[in-house]
Amino acid sequence: MSEMNEKLVFDKPESVIDRATHYCPGCHHGVAHRLVGELLDEMGLAENTLLTASIGCSVFLYNYLNVDAVEAPHGRAPAVATGVKRARPDKFVFTYQGDGDLASIGMAEIMHAANRGEKFSVVFVNNTVYGMTGGQMAPTTMIGQKTTTTPAGRCMTHEGAPIRMTEIIASLGGTAFAARGSLDCVKNIRKAKKYLKKAFEFQQNNTGFGFVELLSACPTNWKMTPLQANERIQNEMIPYFPLGVYKDVSEEGGVC
Amino acid sequence: MTKKPERIFVKGNEAIARGALAAKCKCFFGYPITPQNDIPEFMSSEMIKAGGDFVQAESEVAAANMLLGAGASGIRAMTSSSSPGMSLKQEAISYMAGSEIPAVIVNVNRGGPGLGDIGPAQGDYYQATRGGGHGDYRHFTLAPGNVQEAYDLTIRAFDIAFEHRTPVLLLADAILGQMKEPITPWEPEKVDEESGRDWAITGRDGGREKRLIKSLFLAEGELAGQNKHLQAKYDAWTDLAEAEQFETEDADLVICAYGSIGRIAKTAVRKFRAEGKKVGLFRPITLYPFPNAELLELAKQGKRFLTIEHNLGQMLDDVRLAIRTVADSDFYAIYPGNLPTPDELEEPILKCLEGK
Amino acid sequence: MSRIEVQEDRCKGCLLCTTVCPVDIIVQSDRFNVSGYKVAEVPEADADKCTGCASCAMICPDVAIKVYRTPKKKGGK
Repeated sequence: MSEMNEKLVFDKPESVIDRATHYCPGCHHGVAHRLVGELLDEMGLAENTLLTASIGCSVFLYNYLNVDAVEAPHGRAPAVATGVKRARPDKFVFTYQGDGDLASIGMAEIMHAANRGEKFSVVFVNNTVYGMTGGQMAPTTMIGQKTTTTPAGRCMTHEGAPIRMTEIIASLGGTAFAARGSLDCVKNIRKAKKYLKKAFEFQQNNTGFGFVELLSACPTNWKMTPLQANERIQNEMIPYFPLGVYKDVSEEGGVC
Repeated sequence: MTKKPERIFVKGNEAIARGALAAKCKCFFGYPITPQNDIPEFMSSEMIKAGGDFVQAESEVAAANMLLGAGASGIRAMTSSSSPGMSLKQEAISYMAGSEIPAVIVNVNRGGPGLGDIGPAQGDYYQATRGGGHGDYRHFTLAPGNVQEAYDLTIRAFDIAFEHRTPVLLLADAILGQMKEPITPWEPEKVDEESGRDWAITGRDGGREKRLIKSLFLAEGELAGQNKHLQAKYDAWTDLAEAEQFETEDADLVICAYGSIGRIAKTAVRKFRAEGKKVGLFRPITLYPFPNAELLELAKQGKRFLTIEHNLGQMLDDVRLAIRTVADSDFYAIYPGNLPTPDELEEPILKCLEGK
Repeated sequence: MSRIEVQEDRCKGCLLCTTVCPVDIIVQSDRFNVSGYKVAEVPEADADKCTGCASCAMICPDVAIKVYRTPKKKGGK
């Protein structure tokens, strides 16, 4: 009948390896992996890619993407990626980091890589918590959010405020592209993919440093169901971490 | 008409940098710290001129991790620092060792602990030979004793790094780094710049299987296997141990000293020999692998030992371990913070000669 | 009529797909997969309502959904 005309319109991208992931139900890492995989396929980058993996739940990213990869110490991925890209400038290099890795221990490395305008791309998955190690406070944990190291909820006077990384990165001289997206609904997922594509293109064109933050959920450590966690992104996170493009040098009429 | 080899008059630091260039080092990542700033400063222009790349990193931590990345992609790269900065690099070095990433790291040892001073010292020996970071690992450690050796051993460091897929430490000190001597620069005949073709991450060109450079081994038995593999690698280095022996054949007393102190001790040995005293010098050039066999040979001949270091007794442990079955070693400490002279060594050497 | 194919051994029962279906036909089934998750499904009765929009597939963190689209029959031919 109509099966004769049916077309497969959505399938796993080539670059995403066909295996079950270790991520919790409702964790958005899988969505982010898929977007990256699709772009590597669409832009013909997979065989030219050198991934610098980081430390966190996504430490096994190299098991899920069919690309060469090097494991970096916690927080150091932007430095390792700097070394990889300076050593092999013709390769496509990206890091994939969580909020603990990037904004806590790795704060110096990400800021300076951005400031130097290193020609690689950063995928920053922000779920406001240290997931892999069991739910401790992260630099992006929100005020009042209970974590295993803020059992009474994050307190401004004791722990300070959550850090908005995209804004900081956008303010640095070498950043060519900085945007914040979210993975909570189809519209935002589509936009997030556009942001990633832009960042990747900036590297392809040798324009400069691209940074994309992706708001994501951690149902397990937020002690919520996947559906509740997804809603938290919409109700709590997006208002504090507004979505959008914060820097795009192609809009500014060129790079020096 | 024979061509005279060019001679240049350079600091130890510059000799190290020039040796790296001769070894076709392609990337240098550094950070300012006294007394090694000549190295990143030289590299900031010369590395670029040589078609490579240079980054002044935001910290020694970052520089070491940049080195890790470059090495993982199979490219010859180097970093340099001095004691406090070396402490910062230990995490990355442990990762390099565990992931089997080739890299060259230079430590121009200064006084410690903590901020210490900016003068010479040998207080980083333990860190340099025991694997200064976490876990059971070692790296090849070379200790030049003069500026020519600093140049030569830097070239060797790269070869060892890539042949054995290991970080290699070149341990100098502020004396060596800052002193100027004439040297004959030379270029190795052939440098395999693309070595590492079959393990390095270079992109899955042509659709080959993906490669992974990591040190995480979680599956049951995996980490044990990796450690066994690394240990076997280190055991195989035993034959590469090297030392200089000076006037040891008929010596009653053998001075054990390395690096700049080895050189100063040599002067003292010459002085004593001129007076007819039977003193010799055993100068390890590879600190890891330590030249145990050679040293034990001397001990079996009934010689006595005096270890002299610019620290409070670190290589002393290795000397004692090497000769423990037949002898022991006395020790004289030149305190970090003090500048050593040959005269200072006279009394302790004399005491040792007359002592037993 | 379009349809989805849920790779049941990959589904973790997170139900994010149920939040994006424009025709609201994805539900949690009673079936446990080998990992112990109750998998998502489109009941037979609602199968013909699928528009092939692929929203479910896009939000699925486990990339466990394949989408097949059948072009609508043109009227008159």
